[in-house]
Amino acid sequence: MKPAAFAWERPASLDALLDRVAQAEGHVKLIAGGQSLGPMLALRLVEPDLVLDITGVPELRQARVEGDVLVLGACVTHADIEDGRVPDLTGGALQRVAAAIAYRPVRNRGTIGGSLVHADPAADWVSALIALGAEIDLASREGRRRLPVERFVTGALDVALRPGEILLGVRVPARPAGTAWGYVKHCAKIGEFAHAIGAVRLDPAAGTGRAVIGALEGPPLLFADARPLFGGRIGPDFAARFDGQAADAALLSAGLADAVARHVHVTVLARAVAQAAAPSPLPLPEAA
Amino acid sequence: MSAEGVGARLPRKEDERLMRGRGLFVGDIRLPGMRDVAFVRSPLAHARIRGIRVPEAFRDRVFTAADLDGVQPIRAVSGLPGFKVSEQPVLASGKVRQVGELVAMCVGETRAEAEDVAASVVLDLEELPAVHDMLAAREPGSALVHEHWGDNVFLETLVDVDIASAFDAPIKVSRTISTGRQCMAPIEGRGTVVQLDHRLDQLVVHTASQMPHIVRNGLSECLGLEQGRIRIVSPDVGGGFGYKAILLAEDVALCWLALRCGHPVRWLEDRREHLTANANCREHHYRITAYAERDGTLRGIDCEAVVDSGAYSAYPFSACLEAAQVASILPGPYDFPAYRCRTWSVATNKCPILPYRGVARTGVCFALELVLDAVAREAGIAPEVVREKNLVRPAQMPFENITKKHFDSGDYPRALARALAAIDAEAVRARQRGGEPDGRRIGLGLAVYCEQAAHGTSVYSGWGIPMVPGHEQASARLTPDGGLELRIGAHSHGQGLETTLAQVAHEILGVPVARTRLVHGDTAMSPYSTGSWGSRVMVMAGGAVAAACETLRARAIRIGAHLLQARPDECRFEAGHVVGPSGDVPLEAIARTWYRRPQDLAPDVDPGGLDVTAGYKPVRDSGTFSYAAHAAVVAVDPDLGAVEILDYVIVEDGGTLVNPLVVDGQIYGGLAQGVGTALYEEMRFDARGQPLASTLADYLLPGAAEVPMARIDHMVTPSPYTRFGQKGIGEGGAIAPPAALANAINDALAGLGVEMLHSPVTPRRIVEAVLAARAAPARARAAA
Repeated sequence: MKPAAFAWERPASLDALLDRVAQAEGHVKLIAGGQSLGPMLALRLVEPDLVLDITGVPELRQARVEGDVLVLGACVTHADIEDGRVPDLTGGALQRVAAAIAYRPVRNRGTIGGSLVHADPAADWVSALIALGAEIDLASREGRRRLPVERFVTGALDVALRPGEILLGVRVPARPAGTAWGYVKHCAKIGEFAHAIGAVRLDPAAGTGRAVIGALEGPPLLFADARPLFGGRIGPDFAARFDGQAADAALLSAGLADAVARHVHVTVLARAVAQAAAPSPLPLPEAA
Repeated sequence: MSAEGVGARLPRKEDERLMRGRGLFVGDIRLPGMRDVAFVRSPLAHARIRGIRVPEAFRDRVFTAADLDGVQPIRAVSGLPGFKVSEQPVLASGKVRQVGELVAMCVGETRAEAEDVAASVVLDLEELPAVHDMLAAREPGSALVHEHWGDNVFLETLVDVDIASAFDAPIKVSRTISTGRQCMAPIEGRGTVVQLDHRLDQLVVHTASQMPHIVRNGLSECLGLEQGRIRIVSPDVGGGFGYKAILLAEDVALCWLALRCGHPVRWLEDRREHLTANANCREHHYRITAYAERDGTLRGIDCEAVVDSGAYSAYPFSACLEAAQVASILPGPYDFPAYRCRTWSVATNKCPILPYRGVARTGVCFALELVLDAVAREAGIAPEVVREKNLVRPAQMPFENITKKHFDSGDYPRALARALAAIDAEAVRARQRGGEPDGRRIGLGLAVYCEQAAHGTSVYSGWGIPMVPGHEQASARLTPDGGLELRIGAHSHGQGLETTLAQVAHEILGVPVARTRLVHGDTAMSPYSTGSWGSRVMVMAGGAVAAACETLRARAIRIGAHLLQARPDECRFEAGHVVGPSGDVPLEAIARTWYRRPQDLAPDVDPGGLDVTAGYKPVRDSGTFSYAAHAAVVAVDPDLGAVEILDYVIVEDGGTLVNPLVVDGQIYGGLAQGVGTALYEEMRFDARGQPLASTLADYLLPGAAEVPMARIDHMVTPSPYTRFGQKGIGEGGAIAPPAALANAINDALAGLGVEMLHSPVTPRRIVEAVLAARAAPARARAAA
């Protein structure tokens, strides 16, 4: 399959990009790494009139630290993170997630912003960034706004993007020493989209934590307060207190009727908890 | 053995261009004025065509069945009694019988433009109930793929050898075993470029094919063109595996189009067309019962096998090859006294089933080897004991088995013993008893198979299909500067024939491999051949090249003797030289003399000169029997269903290995495909006959990380029937892995009461089975 004809432009500044997004008529798609949009164009699943390449906008390619927040431009690639070309405040958590996304050629081109806007429920960033408590910055000619990732990703391939609006970047809070992080995904083969994702960011000293079950049919299931998964209390013994039945019940009430799928999701979350309790000394990707 | 002759472990000559990206594939061909073709394909599995609406603007760029005057449908008939004939239309008329069936052909300056044209064509279809399940298709009242048949059965066969004598056996184990539908998935899909050569009044068809001469037969029949007006050129081919041994409707349509339009036309299959419309294989269903003594000795095998043959009989192998082959090869390498096998080739609203590497062997090996393990568990003995009890023994060779297959040679029990030793079965079982710290479970699996290869006239004449191999021919020609050109009608696309046939020639003529060129893939420049399939080429073309080179050598000796002023019987041939009593003369000088200084030849020189075409058949044409024992160790995660292959051993016997490096490559490649069959690859369909995978994100192929680094051990039992004792080995690597891996998984999970009987053994299926087994005792307790 070859794409249907479309116009292609590459604005060189953010202002020019926002103007073009606001003014363009017909169906417009933004392209960054093109790792999802490329195949969709080729298969004619989308037939836009105009494709705007956003990689010519310098701000979108930058990464910086603002206090205890890491700000990643939308066009930062998975490989930029994997290879350590951007700063890190997460104790290697982002790097480990990035290193296990798809295959290296995909990571070379695919971007963190593109992945969030595409919002495939099985994509790594959608779940990992929610668990890390990240936010995203959006911009349009009308102004800017900021949303937590879990409010941005509203469904499978569905995000809270308004007409004329683009995703500028991702704000990832620092993960202080003492917080535990676990991220596990289950794929039938390396590089495949995940069938189940479990992610936890726990602070046993403060007794708080977040947990995410991802790669569901819809958006990730977030436990913004993860204590119910640990019998009501997150302490240094959290691994022993993990309650799989609570996770199972949450999945069931979220509408996941398939008992086999629930078993897999709960198992993967349990392994993310175990990993958080005993982190691997090596910065290796974790794939179950 | 010389450094370059038969047995030398030479790197492949062809890799110089292929590994540097300098190969020439159909997709690399650019011709002036060439246009691209896209097809309008049926979106429904089964429907009546009420109308095809073409926008007025594109009337001259869209062609339908109504335009194809005089083009005949593809007919692949089998002579087996009771076979029902299907006619595969080049472009559908009246009805469509599978998703992806060709309905209209659209022409554009580019493929994208041709797709724009195709998108503008509107089909008016009346959907009919789809025949999507081969078992339901045999039930009364099923919808019919071909109404005039009255049922959906291409062919039913029955073999019964005294099965009743086994019924009183103390052990009786019955299982329902099945294999998923697969797609072959070579890296290069199909592709065809057709141009009209007005000077020669010839259609030149550039197409990725394993069998150019058979394609010419088929095109000639469908187009009503004499064969002299068709030339097939098969350039570099990016993987065949059986998919390129098929005449596609697309090929016929493109030829008609080139004749009609006068300019070159091209169709390159994309991955979606490949997966959803064409490259189907493998879907088998077995109800199999093994009868055995308590010590594992088999008393008999009883089986009902059904193969989902799809909508049409594919050319030239037909819709019945797969299922009828099941009946003849299910006994595998085992010797037992009673056997019954009934088979059905069932028509469904799916793509035609095509012969994929291993053809029916992968399925029968899976069914038989799984049931042998079930016998072992039932008898409480180790799985290797059941095999040891029943494998054909070396003292029985040559051996005629229960279905009259003639095994040429081999020591099967020894292959099994070497595999067990190499995998260190004792250590694996000790580890298994100890348990894993991470909660995974270890399993050891075995599978033994035999691969009949290069079987010829006496076997294929019985099938009565459009293609029966006879003598294989090859030409050998010395060039005036002493180089050697070999010509064969088969095709090399990964088998390494440019190297291995040069080794065969070197064995006889001493010409350096670097100075020998293989000319192939062109009907205008090669002798007729049925092509590269059935693991036949090293036996057949290898034998023919040897025969041609031997004649060439005899003529060279006579010329050389004259130059040495000696009698031919005083001379011998050695390392590329004719050696006489008083000196020697190199082949280069002999070639120079024949071509450029004929005045120096004897008056009675053979006028055929240094250009020889010879034909060859093995001493017996019932086929060579290569075989192997595979042993696999896996770790299974029962909660996620993940399977890791920890170790994999292959002990194989391919007779004399012309090039062991090439043989290893064939085995590794086959193993990768076998791992795909075992664990990953499956094309599923919904109840409307819609294929559920259309990209490689949905149709999972194993990647580098999923294929184990197998350890290969060669045994060498030369075939008594072939020129050098070589046996065909091209498919074996893909035959045993599904059985060995499923047996290993079942060994790992036996303690949980889980037995996996369907390939691919996916994580989802494992978890389902584990949870069901865990629930079963709970249910039993609740009931009590």
